[in-house]
Amino acid sequence: MSDVRYTDQHEWIRLDGDEATIGITKFAAESLGDVVFVELPASGKAVKAGGEAAVVESVKAASDIYAPAGGTVTATNTVLEKEPSKVNEDPEGQGWFFKMKLTDKAEFSKLMDSAAYAKFVETL
Amino acid sequence: MTEGVRANPAHAFAIGTVMTIAAEILRRTPLYALHLELGGKMVPFAGYEMPVQYPVGILKEHLHTRQKCGLFDVSHMGQGFLSGDTAALERLTPADVAGLKEGMQRYGLLLTADGTIKDDFMFSRLAGERDLYLVVNAGTKEGDFAYIAEKLAASLTPRFDRALLALQGPLAAEVLERHAPGISHLTFMNVVRAAVAGAPAIISRTGYTGEDGFEISLEGRDAERVARALLGESEVLPVGLGARDSLRLEAGLCLYGHDIDESRNPAEASLMWSIGKRRKEAGDFPGAASILKGAPAIRRVGLLPEGRAPAREGAEIADKTGRVIGKLTSGGFGPSLNAPVAMGYVETAFAAIGTPVDLMVRGKPLPALVAAMPFVPHQYRRPTK
Repeated sequence: MSDVRYTDQHEWIRLDGDEATIGITKFAAESLGDVVFVELPASGKAVKAGGEAAVVESVKAASDIYAPAGGTVTATNTVLEKEPSKVNEDPEGQGWFFKMKLTDKAEFSKLMDSAAYAKFVETL
Repeated sequence: MTEGVRANPAHAFAIGTVMTIAAEILRRTPLYALHLELGGKMVPFAGYEMPVQYPVGILKEHLHTRQKCGLFDVSHMGQGFLSGDTAALERLTPADVAGLKEGMQRYGLLLTADGTIKDDFMFSRLAGERDLYLVVNAGTKEGDFAYIAEKLAASLTPRFDRALLALQGPLAAEVLERHAPGISHLTFMNVVRAAVAGAPAIISRTGYTGEDGFEISLEGRDAERVARALLGESEVLPVGLGARDSLRLEAGLCLYGHDIDESRNPAEASLMWSIGKRRKEAGDFPGAASILKGAPAIRRVGLLPEGRAPAREGAEIADKTGRVIGKLTSGGFGPSLNAPVAMGYVETAFAAIGTPVDLMVRGKPLPALVAAMPFVPHQYRRPTK
Protein backbone atom coordinates (compact mmCIF):
# COMPACT_ATOMS: atom_id res chain seq x y z
CA MET A 1 0.00 0.00 0.00
CA SER A 2 1.31 3.42 -0.86
CA ASP A 3 1.60 6.22 1.64
CA VAL A 4 1.32 9.89 0.65
CA ARG A 5 2.83 12.79 2.58
CA TYR A 6 2.86 16.54 2.02
CA THR A 7 5.19 19.50 2.56
CA ASP A 8 4.38 23.03 3.66
CA GLN A 9 5.63 24.08 0.20
CA HIS A 10 2.71 22.14 -1.32
CA GLU A 11 4.55 19.20 -2.80
CA TRP A 12 3.18 15.69 -2.35
CA ILE A 13 5.33 12.55 -2.15
CA ARG A 14 4.02 9.02 -2.51
CA LEU A 15 6.13 6.09 -1.37
CA ASP A 16 5.75 2.69 -3.09
CA GLY A 17 8.36 0.33 -1.68
CA ASP A 18 11.70 2.03 -2.25
CA GLU A 19 10.53 4.48 -4.88
CA ALA A 20 8.88 7.83 -4.22
CA THR A 21 6.82 9.87 -6.70
CA ILE A 22 6.70 13.66 -6.31
CA GLY A 23 4.29 16.28 -7.59
CA ILE A 24 2.46 19.43 -6.51
CA THR A 25 -0.82 19.44 -4.63
CA LYS A 26 -4.22 20.38 -6.01
CA PHE A 27 -4.06 23.48 -3.83
CA ALA A 28 -0.74 24.46 -5.42
CA ALA A 29 -1.96 23.79 -8.95
CA GLU A 30 -5.04 25.93 -8.37
CA SER A 31 -3.02 28.76 -6.86
CA LEU A 32 -0.55 28.73 -9.74
CA GLY A 33 -3.18 28.76 -12.44
CA ASP A 34 -2.53 27.48 -15.94
CA VAL A 35 0.82 25.69 -16.06
CA VAL A 36 2.63 26.29 -19.36
CA PHE A 37 6.09 24.83 -18.73
CA VAL A 38 7.77 22.37 -16.38
CA GLU A 39 11.52 21.97 -16.01
CA LEU A 40 12.32 18.51 -14.67
CA PRO A 41 15.52 17.25 -13.03
CA ALA A 42 17.84 14.92 -14.90
CA SER A 43 17.61 11.24 -14.05
CA GLY A 44 20.44 10.31 -11.74
CA LYS A 45 20.53 13.74 -10.11
CA ALA A 46 21.07 13.67 -6.36
CA VAL A 47 18.82 16.03 -4.43
CA LYS A 48 18.69 16.99 -0.77
CA ALA A 49 15.52 17.38 1.25
CA GLY A 50 14.35 20.94 0.61
CA GLY A 51 16.67 21.36 -2.35
CA GLU A 52 15.53 22.78 -5.68
CA ALA A 53 14.46 19.92 -7.90
CA ALA A 54 12.18 21.31 -10.61
CA VAL A 55 10.56 24.51 -11.84
CA VAL A 56 6.96 25.06 -12.80
CA GLU A 57 5.90 28.08 -14.84
CA SER A 58 2.35 29.35 -15.06
CA VAL A 59 1.28 32.14 -17.40
CA LYS A 60 2.09 34.63 -14.67
CA ALA A 61 5.12 33.35 -12.74
CA ALA A 62 7.89 30.82 -12.18
CA SER A 63 7.91 28.67 -9.02
CA ASP A 64 10.50 26.32 -7.58
CA ILE A 65 9.64 22.76 -6.68
CA TYR A 66 11.67 21.38 -3.78
CA ALA A 67 12.49 17.76 -3.09
CA PRO A 68 10.40 16.71 -0.07
CA ALA A 69 13.16 14.28 0.93
CA GLY A 70 16.73 13.52 -0.14
CA GLY A 71 17.59 10.89 -2.74
CA THR A 72 18.40 10.19 -6.35
CA VAL A 73 16.09 10.98 -9.25
CA THR A 74 15.15 7.78 -11.09
CA ALA A 75 12.52 8.94 -13.59
CA THR A 76 10.74 12.08 -14.82
CA ASN A 77 7.27 12.58 -16.24
CA THR A 78 8.25 13.51 -19.81
CA VAL A 79 4.56 13.84 -20.74
CA LEU A 80 4.66 17.23 -18.99
CA GLU A 81 7.14 18.57 -21.54
CA LYS A 82 4.45 18.42 -24.24
CA GLU A 83 1.37 18.64 -22.01
CA PRO A 84 2.15 20.83 -19.00
CA SER A 85 -1.61 21.31 -18.52
CA LYS A 86 -1.68 17.80 -16.99
CA VAL A 87 -0.44 19.50 -13.83
CA ASN A 88 -3.72 21.42 -13.62
CA GLU A 89 -5.93 18.58 -14.82
CA ASP A 90 -4.62 15.89 -12.49
CA PRO A 91 -1.98 17.31 -10.14
CA GLU A 92 -1.92 14.37 -7.75
CA GLY A 93 -2.09 11.70 -10.49
CA GLN A 94 -0.98 12.02 -14.12
CA GLY A 95 0.58 15.39 -13.37
CA TRP A 96 3.41 13.91 -11.27
CA PHE A 97 6.87 15.46 -11.75
CA PHE A 98 9.57 12.91 -10.95
CA LYS A 99 10.40 9.70 -9.09
CA MET A 100 13.30 9.18 -6.75
CA LYS A 101 14.98 6.60 -4.57
CA LEU A 102 15.05 7.97 -1.04
CA THR A 103 18.25 8.10 0.95
CA ASP A 104 16.52 8.05 4.30
CA LYS A 105 12.89 7.06 4.69
CA ALA A 106 12.81 8.82 8.05
CA GLU A 107 12.71 12.12 6.11
CA PHE A 108 9.51 10.92 4.48
CA SER A 109 7.93 9.86 7.76
CA LYS A 110 8.47 13.33 9.24
CA LEU A 111 6.27 15.00 6.61
CA MET A 112 2.58 15.86 7.05
CA ASP A 113 -0.02 13.22 6.36
CA SER A 114 -3.15 14.15 4.40
CA ALA A 115 -5.13 15.17 7.49
CA ALA A 116 -2.32 17.42 8.74
CA TYR A 117 -1.86 18.95 5.28
CA ALA A 118 -5.59 19.61 4.92
CA LYS A 119 -5.50 21.41 8.27
CA PHE A 120 -2.42 23.37 7.18
CA VAL A 121 -4.11 24.52 3.97
CA GLU A 122 -7.09 25.75 5.98
CA THR A 123 -4.79 28.13 7.87
CA LEU A 124 -3.63 29.81 4.62
CA MET B 1 6.81 25.06 -3.82
CA THR B 2 7.66 28.69 -3.63
CA GLU B 3 5.98 31.06 -5.98
CA GLY B 4 7.88 34.08 -7.04
CA VAL B 5 11.41 33.24 -6.00
CA ARG B 6 12.64 34.82 -9.19
CA ALA B 7 9.47 36.46 -10.41
CA ASN B 8 7.00 37.99 -8.05
CA PRO B 9 3.54 37.48 -9.55
CA ALA B 10 2.19 40.69 -8.06
CA HIS B 11 5.11 42.52 -9.62
CA ALA B 12 4.28 41.07 -13.00
CA PHE B 13 1.08 43.08 -12.97
CA ALA B 14 2.09 46.20 -11.11
CA ILE B 15 2.26 49.39 -13.08
CA GLY B 16 5.08 51.20 -11.39
CA THR B 17 3.51 51.16 -7.97
CA VAL B 18 5.26 49.46 -5.11
CA MET B 19 2.77 47.66 -2.91
CA THR B 20 4.72 47.17 0.27
CA ILE B 21 2.71 48.89 2.94
CA ALA B 22 0.52 46.19 4.44
CA ALA B 23 -1.75 48.75 6.02
CA GLU B 24 -2.38 50.53 2.75
CA ILE B 25 -6.05 50.84 2.05
CA LEU B 26 -6.73 49.54 -1.41
CA ARG B 27 -9.24 51.33 -3.55
CA ARG B 28 -12.06 49.56 -5.32
CA THR B 29 -13.61 50.23 -8.70
CA PRO B 30 -17.39 50.54 -9.13
CA LEU B 31 -17.33 46.90 -10.32
CA TYR B 32 -15.76 45.46 -7.16
CA ALA B 33 -18.90 43.65 -6.01
CA LEU B 34 -19.45 42.26 -9.49
CA HIS B 35 -15.87 40.92 -9.60
CA LEU B 36 -16.48 39.04 -6.35
CA GLU B 37 -19.79 37.70 -7.63
CA LEU B 38 -18.03 36.45 -10.79
CA GLY B 39 -15.40 34.66 -8.68
CA GLY B 40 -12.59 37.08 -9.54
CA LYS B 41 -9.30 36.40 -7.78
CA MET B 42 -8.60 39.84 -6.35
CA VAL B 43 -5.03 41.12 -6.07
CA PRO B 44 -3.51 44.47 -5.14
CA PHE B 45 -2.61 46.38 -8.27
CA ALA B 46 -1.63 50.03 -8.57
CA GLY B 47 -3.42 50.79 -5.31
CA TYR B 48 -6.61 48.98 -6.29
CA GLU B 49 -8.09 45.58 -5.58
CA MET B 50 -8.41 44.16 -9.07
CA PRO B 51 -9.29 40.77 -10.54
CA VAL B 52 -6.17 39.03 -11.87
CA GLN B 53 -8.37 36.27 -13.25
CA TYR B 54 -11.80 34.66 -12.99
CA PRO B 55 -12.47 30.95 -12.44
CA VAL B 56 -11.86 29.88 -16.08
CA GLY B 57 -8.26 31.09 -15.77
CA ILE B 58 -5.83 33.29 -17.68
CA LEU B 59 -5.27 30.96 -20.66
CA LYS B 60 -8.96 30.60 -21.50
CA GLU B 61 -9.66 34.29 -20.86
CA HIS B 62 -6.83 35.21 -23.21
CA LEU B 63 -7.89 32.83 -25.98
CA HIS B 64 -11.55 33.78 -25.63
CA THR B 65 -10.65 37.44 -26.15
CA ARG B 66 -8.75 36.60 -29.34
CA GLN B 67 -11.53 34.34 -30.62
CA LYS B 68 -14.69 36.05 -29.39
CA CYS B 69 -14.98 38.87 -26.89
CA GLY B 70 -13.69 39.75 -23.42
CA LEU B 71 -14.86 42.43 -20.97
CA PHE B 72 -12.18 44.10 -18.84
CA ASP B 73 -12.59 46.48 -15.91
CA VAL B 74 -9.91 49.13 -16.32
CA SER B 75 -11.57 51.70 -14.07
CA HIS B 76 -8.30 52.05 -12.15
CA MET B 77 -6.87 54.00 -15.09
CA GLY B 78 -6.74 57.77 -14.60
CA GLN B 79 -9.37 59.67 -16.54
CA GLY B 80 -9.72 63.41 -16.68
CA PHE B 81 -10.48 66.48 -18.77
CA LEU B 82 -7.98 69.15 -19.74
CA SER B 83 -9.51 72.55 -20.44
CA GLY B 84 -8.23 75.96 -21.47
CA ASP B 85 -5.12 76.07 -23.62
CA THR B 86 -5.06 72.35 -24.42
CA ALA B 87 -2.46 72.75 -27.18
CA ALA B 88 -0.01 73.66 -24.41
CA LEU B 89 0.06 69.93 -23.66
CA GLU B 90 2.61 69.81 -26.48
CA ARG B 91 5.12 71.25 -24.01
CA LEU B 92 4.98 67.90 -22.19
CA THR B 93 4.38 65.46 -25.04
CA PRO B 94 5.94 65.05 -28.49
CA ALA B 95 2.58 63.90 -29.89
CA ASP B 96 0.69 66.17 -32.25
CA VAL B 97 -2.02 67.56 -29.96
CA ALA B 98 -2.98 70.67 -31.93
CA GLY B 99 -3.50 68.61 -35.09
CA LEU B 100 -5.82 66.05 -33.50
CA LYS B 101 -9.13 66.15 -35.34
CA GLU B 102 -12.52 66.10 -33.63
CA GLY B 103 -13.77 62.60 -32.95
CA MET B 104 -10.26 61.18 -32.77
CA GLN B 105 -8.13 59.66 -30.03
CA ARG B 106 -4.34 59.49 -30.08
CA TYR B 107 -1.49 57.82 -28.17
CA GLY B 108 1.07 60.07 -26.53
CA LEU B 109 4.09 59.97 -24.27
CA LEU B 110 4.28 62.29 -21.28
CA LEU B 111 7.92 63.36 -21.04
CA THR B 112 10.13 64.60 -18.21
CA ALA B 113 12.13 67.78 -18.73
CA ASP B 114 14.98 65.54 -19.95
CA GLY B 115 12.80 63.82 -22.53
CA THR B 116 12.47 60.52 -20.70
CA ILE B 117 9.11 58.79 -20.41
CA LYS B 118 7.04 59.88 -17.42
CA ASP B 119 4.00 57.96 -18.67
CA ASP B 120 2.11 56.94 -21.78
CA PHE B 121 -1.47 58.06 -22.23
CA MET B 122 -4.40 58.46 -24.61
CA PHE B 123 -5.97 61.81 -25.45
CA SER B 124 -9.20 62.50 -27.28
CA ARG B 125 -10.89 65.45 -28.89
CA LEU B 126 -14.61 64.88 -28.70
CA ALA B 127 -16.75 66.45 -31.42
CA GLY B 128 -17.89 69.95 -30.53
CA GLU B 129 -15.96 70.07 -27.25
CA ARG B 130 -13.05 72.27 -26.30
CA ASP B 131 -11.68 70.00 -23.57
CA LEU B 132 -9.34 67.09 -24.17
CA TYR B 133 -10.33 63.81 -22.58
CA LEU B 134 -7.26 62.06 -21.12
CA VAL B 135 -6.62 58.52 -19.90
CA VAL B 136 -3.33 57.87 -18.09
CA ASN B 137 -1.96 54.83 -16.27
CA ALA B 138 -3.35 53.81 -12.89
CA GLY B 139 -0.10 53.75 -10.96
CA THR B 140 0.99 57.14 -12.22
CA LYS B 141 -2.28 59.05 -12.35
CA GLU B 142 -1.88 61.28 -9.30
CA GLY B 143 1.69 62.16 -10.30
CA ASP B 144 0.80 62.77 -13.92
CA PHE B 145 -2.11 65.03 -13.11
CA ALA B 146 -0.06 67.04 -10.61
CA TYR B 147 2.74 67.35 -13.20
CA ILE B 148 0.41 68.50 -15.97
CA ALA B 149 -1.37 70.95 -13.67
CA GLU B 150 1.95 72.36 -12.46
CA LYS B 151 3.51 72.75 -15.89
CA LEU B 152 0.53 74.08 -17.80
CA ALA B 153 -1.81 76.98 -17.26
CA ALA B 154 -4.61 74.72 -18.51
CA SER B 155 -6.89 73.33 -15.85
CA LEU B 156 -7.12 69.61 -15.38
CA THR B 157 -10.13 67.97 -13.83
CA PRO B 158 -9.48 64.42 -12.63
CA ARG B 159 -12.41 62.07 -13.00
CA PHE B 160 -11.01 59.12 -11.09
CA ASP B 161 -14.60 58.40 -10.03
CA ARG B 162 -15.51 57.42 -13.58
CA ALA B 163 -15.47 53.78 -14.66
CA LEU B 164 -13.71 52.44 -17.75
CA LEU B 165 -14.62 49.17 -19.41
CA ALA B 166 -12.81 47.57 -22.34
CA LEU B 167 -14.73 45.27 -24.65
CA GLN B 168 -12.16 43.51 -26.84
CA GLY B 169 -12.14 40.84 -29.50
CA PRO B 170 -13.41 40.07 -33.00
CA LEU B 171 -17.06 40.01 -31.84
CA ALA B 172 -16.85 43.21 -29.77
CA ALA B 173 -18.47 45.41 -32.44
CA GLU B 174 -21.34 43.00 -32.98
CA VAL B 175 -21.97 42.76 -29.23
CA LEU B 176 -21.69 46.48 -28.50
CA GLU B 177 -23.93 47.34 -31.45
CA ARG B 178 -26.83 45.64 -29.62
CA HIS B 179 -26.46 48.08 -26.72
CA ALA B 180 -25.19 51.13 -28.59
CA PRO B 181 -26.81 51.09 -32.03
CA GLY B 182 -24.60 52.63 -34.71
CA ILE B 183 -21.38 52.21 -32.74
CA SER B 184 -19.88 49.71 -35.17
CA HIS B 185 -19.47 52.54 -37.69
CA LEU B 186 -16.55 53.81 -35.66
CA THR B 187 -13.11 52.93 -36.96
CA PHE B 188 -9.85 52.53 -35.08
CA MET B 189 -9.10 55.55 -32.86
CA ASN B 190 -12.52 57.15 -33.39
CA VAL B 191 -14.15 58.44 -30.21
CA VAL B 192 -17.71 59.62 -29.56
CA ARG B 193 -20.16 60.38 -26.82
CA ALA B 194 -22.93 57.81 -27.12
CA ALA B 195 -25.37 55.92 -24.94
CA VAL B 196 -24.68 52.31 -24.06
CA ALA B 197 -27.57 50.41 -22.51
CA GLY B 198 -29.10 53.83 -21.92
CA ALA B 199 -26.12 55.18 -19.98
CA PRO B 200 -24.16 58.20 -21.23
CA ALA B 201 -20.67 57.12 -22.26
CA ILE B 202 -17.50 58.11 -24.07
CA ILE B 203 -16.74 55.27 -26.45
CA SER B 204 -13.54 54.85 -28.44
CA ARG B 205 -12.59 52.09 -30.85
CA THR B 206 -9.31 51.34 -29.07
CA GLY B 207 -7.81 48.89 -26.65
CA TYR B 208 -4.74 47.21 -25.22
CA THR B 209 -5.03 43.70 -26.62
CA GLY B 210 -4.18 44.10 -30.32
CA GLU B 211 -7.75 43.06 -31.14
CA ASP B 212 -10.57 45.15 -32.50
CA GLY B 213 -12.59 46.54 -29.63
CA PHE B 214 -13.84 49.47 -27.62
CA GLU B 215 -13.11 51.35 -24.45
CA ILE B 216 -16.21 52.65 -22.70
CA SER B 217 -15.99 55.43 -20.13
CA LEU B 218 -19.01 55.67 -17.83
CA GLU B 219 -20.27 57.41 -14.75
CA GLY B 220 -19.39 55.12 -11.84
CA ARG B 221 -23.05 54.63 -10.96
CA ASP B 222 -23.82 53.19 -14.43
CA ALA B 223 -20.85 50.86 -14.67
CA GLU B 224 -22.26 47.74 -13.05
CA ARG B 225 -25.51 47.87 -15.01
CA VAL B 226 -23.65 48.29 -18.32
CA ALA B 227 -21.12 45.57 -17.44
CA ARG B 228 -23.99 43.19 -16.60
CA ALA B 229 -25.71 43.98 -19.89
CA LEU B 230 -22.52 43.20 -21.85
CA LEU B 231 -21.74 40.07 -19.81
CA GLY B 232 -25.29 38.94 -20.50
CA GLU B 233 -24.32 38.42 -24.15
CA SER B 234 -23.34 34.83 -24.83
CA GLU B 235 -20.11 35.83 -26.63
CA VAL B 236 -18.69 37.77 -23.67
CA LEU B 237 -16.51 36.51 -20.81
CA PRO B 238 -15.07 38.67 -18.03
CA VAL B 239 -11.28 38.90 -18.35
CA GLY B 240 -8.81 39.85 -15.62
CA LEU B 241 -5.48 41.64 -15.50
CA GLY B 242 -3.50 38.43 -16.06
CA ALA B 243 -4.83 37.94 -19.56
CA ARG B 244 -4.73 41.68 -20.17
CA ASP B 245 -0.97 41.43 -19.62
CA SER B 246 -0.44 38.39 -21.88
CA LEU B 247 -2.66 39.93 -24.59
CA ARG B 248 -0.80 43.25 -24.63
CA LEU B 249 2.58 41.48 -24.61
CA GLU B 250 1.64 39.39 -27.66
CA ALA B 251 0.46 42.64 -29.27
CA GLY B 252 3.89 44.20 -28.58
CA LEU B 253 2.39 46.99 -26.46
CA CYS B 254 4.41 48.56 -23.66
CA LEU B 255 3.50 48.27 -19.99
CA TYR B 256 4.46 51.45 -18.17
CA GLY B 257 6.86 50.91 -15.27
CA HIS B 258 8.27 47.85 -17.00
CA ASP B 259 8.94 48.36 -20.72
CA ILE B 260 9.07 52.12 -20.44
CA ASP B 261 9.87 54.41 -17.53
CA GLU B 262 11.77 57.55 -16.65
CA SER B 263 15.10 55.91 -17.53
CA ARG B 264 14.11 55.55 -21.21
CA ASN B 265 13.39 58.02 -23.97
CA PRO B 266 11.10 57.52 -26.99
CA ALA B 267 13.98 56.62 -29.33
CA GLU B 268 15.28 53.91 -27.00
CA ALA B 269 11.72 52.66 -26.47
CA SER B 270 11.11 52.30 -30.24
CA LEU B 271 8.14 54.67 -29.87
CA MET B 272 9.23 57.32 -32.36
CA TRP B 273 6.02 56.64 -34.31
CA SER B 274 4.14 58.39 -31.50
CA ILE B 275 5.95 61.66 -32.24
CA GLY B 276 4.01 63.83 -34.66
CA LYS B 277 5.69 64.69 -37.98
CA ARG B 278 5.32 68.41 -37.32
CA ARG B 279 6.83 67.91 -33.87
CA LYS B 280 9.83 66.00 -35.26
CA GLU B 281 10.47 68.77 -37.77
CA ALA B 282 10.13 71.50 -35.15
CA GLY B 283 12.03 69.56 -32.46
CA ASP B 284 9.98 71.50 -29.92
CA PHE B 285 9.56 68.98 -27.09
CA PRO B 286 11.57 68.10 -23.99
CA GLY B 287 14.81 66.29 -24.78
CA ALA B 288 14.26 66.72 -28.54
CA ALA B 289 17.97 67.15 -29.26
CA SER B 290 18.96 63.81 -27.76
CA ILE B 291 15.83 61.97 -28.94
CA LEU B 292 16.25 63.10 -32.56
CA LYS B 293 20.04 62.81 -32.79
CA GLY B 294 19.99 59.40 -34.48
CA ALA B 295 20.30 55.78 -33.42
CA PRO B 296 20.16 55.43 -29.62
CA ALA B 297 22.70 53.22 -27.84
CA ILE B 298 20.00 50.76 -26.78
CA ARG B 299 16.61 49.87 -28.23
CA ARG B 300 13.46 48.05 -27.18
CA VAL B 301 12.97 44.89 -29.23
CA GLY B 302 10.76 41.81 -29.27
CA LEU B 303 12.30 38.44 -28.44
CA LEU B 304 11.09 34.92 -29.18
CA PRO B 305 12.74 32.28 -27.00
CA GLU B 306 13.25 28.81 -28.47
CA GLY B 307 11.28 26.00 -26.89
CA ARG B 308 8.58 26.43 -24.26
CA ALA B 309 10.39 27.89 -21.24
CA PRO B 310 9.30 31.48 -20.59
CA ALA B 311 11.95 34.05 -19.73
CA ARG B 312 10.72 36.66 -17.28
CA GLU B 313 11.21 40.36 -16.69
CA GLY B 314 14.70 41.07 -15.40
CA ALA B 315 16.42 38.21 -17.23
CA GLU B 316 19.71 39.31 -18.78
CA ILE B 317 20.15 39.20 -22.53
CA ALA B 318 23.59 38.03 -23.70
CA ASP B 319 25.24 37.83 -27.09
CA LYS B 320 26.55 34.49 -28.33
CA THR B 321 29.90 35.10 -26.63
CA GLY B 322 28.14 35.46 -23.29
CA ARG B 323 28.53 39.23 -22.98
CA VAL B 324 25.48 40.89 -21.41
CA ILE B 325 23.89 43.23 -23.97
CA GLY B 326 20.58 44.00 -22.30
CA LYS B 327 17.70 42.97 -20.09
CA LEU B 328 14.13 41.77 -20.47
CA THR B 329 11.44 44.22 -19.39
CA SER B 330 8.49 41.87 -20.02
CA GLY B 331 8.39 38.16 -20.57
CA GLY B 332 5.94 35.37 -20.27
CA PHE B 333 3.94 32.83 -22.14
CA GLY B 334 1.85 33.85 -25.13
CA PRO B 335 -1.27 31.66 -25.13
CA SER B 336 -2.19 32.51 -28.75
CA LEU B 337 1.31 31.74 -30.00
CA ASN B 338 1.45 28.77 -27.62
CA ALA B 339 5.03 29.83 -27.02
CA PRO B 340 7.01 32.15 -24.79
CA VAL B 341 7.31 35.82 -25.77
CA ALA B 342 9.36 38.68 -24.38
CA MET B 343 10.51 42.22 -24.91
CA GLY B 344 13.54 44.02 -23.65
CA TYR B 345 16.32 46.46 -24.38
CA VAL B 346 19.48 45.48 -26.26
CA GLU B 347 22.50 47.37 -27.55
CA THR B 348 21.46 48.76 -30.92
CA ALA B 349 23.98 46.58 -32.80
CA PHE B 350 21.84 43.58 -31.74
CA ALA B 351 18.44 45.12 -32.49
CA ALA B 352 18.03 43.79 -36.04
CA ILE B 353 15.20 41.27 -36.57
CA GLY B 354 16.57 37.73 -36.56
CA THR B 355 19.64 38.43 -34.40
CA PRO B 356 20.37 35.36 -32.27
CA VAL B 357 20.87 36.05 -28.56
CA ASP B 358 20.70 34.15 -25.27
CA LEU B 359 18.33 34.90 -22.40
CA MET B 360 19.80 33.96 -19.05
CA VAL B 361 17.17 31.85 -17.27
CA ARG B 362 18.09 30.15 -14.00
CA GLY B 363 21.76 30.65 -14.82
CA LYS B 364 21.51 28.93 -18.19
CA PRO B 365 21.46 30.49 -21.66
CA LEU B 366 18.10 30.12 -23.38
CA PRO B 367 18.48 30.78 -27.13
CA ALA B 368 16.15 33.43 -28.55
CA LEU B 369 15.78 35.53 -31.67
CA VAL B 370 15.14 39.23 -31.91
CA ALA B 371 11.69 39.33 -33.50
CA ALA B 372 9.31 41.80 -35.09
CA MET B 373 6.39 43.02 -32.99
CA PRO B 374 3.50 42.58 -32.72
CA PHE B 375 3.96 38.85 -32.19
CA VAL B 376 0.25 38.41 -32.97
CA PRO B 377 -1.02 40.66 -35.79
CA HIS B 378 -3.13 43.63 -34.76
CA GLN B 379 -6.77 43.37 -35.82
CA TYR B 380 -7.62 47.07 -35.63
CA ARG B 381 -10.59 48.16 -37.75
CA ARG B 382 -8.92 50.84 -39.79
CA PRO B 383 -10.94 53.01 -42.16
CA THR B 384 -10.99 51.77 -45.75
CA LYS B 385 -9.49 54.35 -48.07
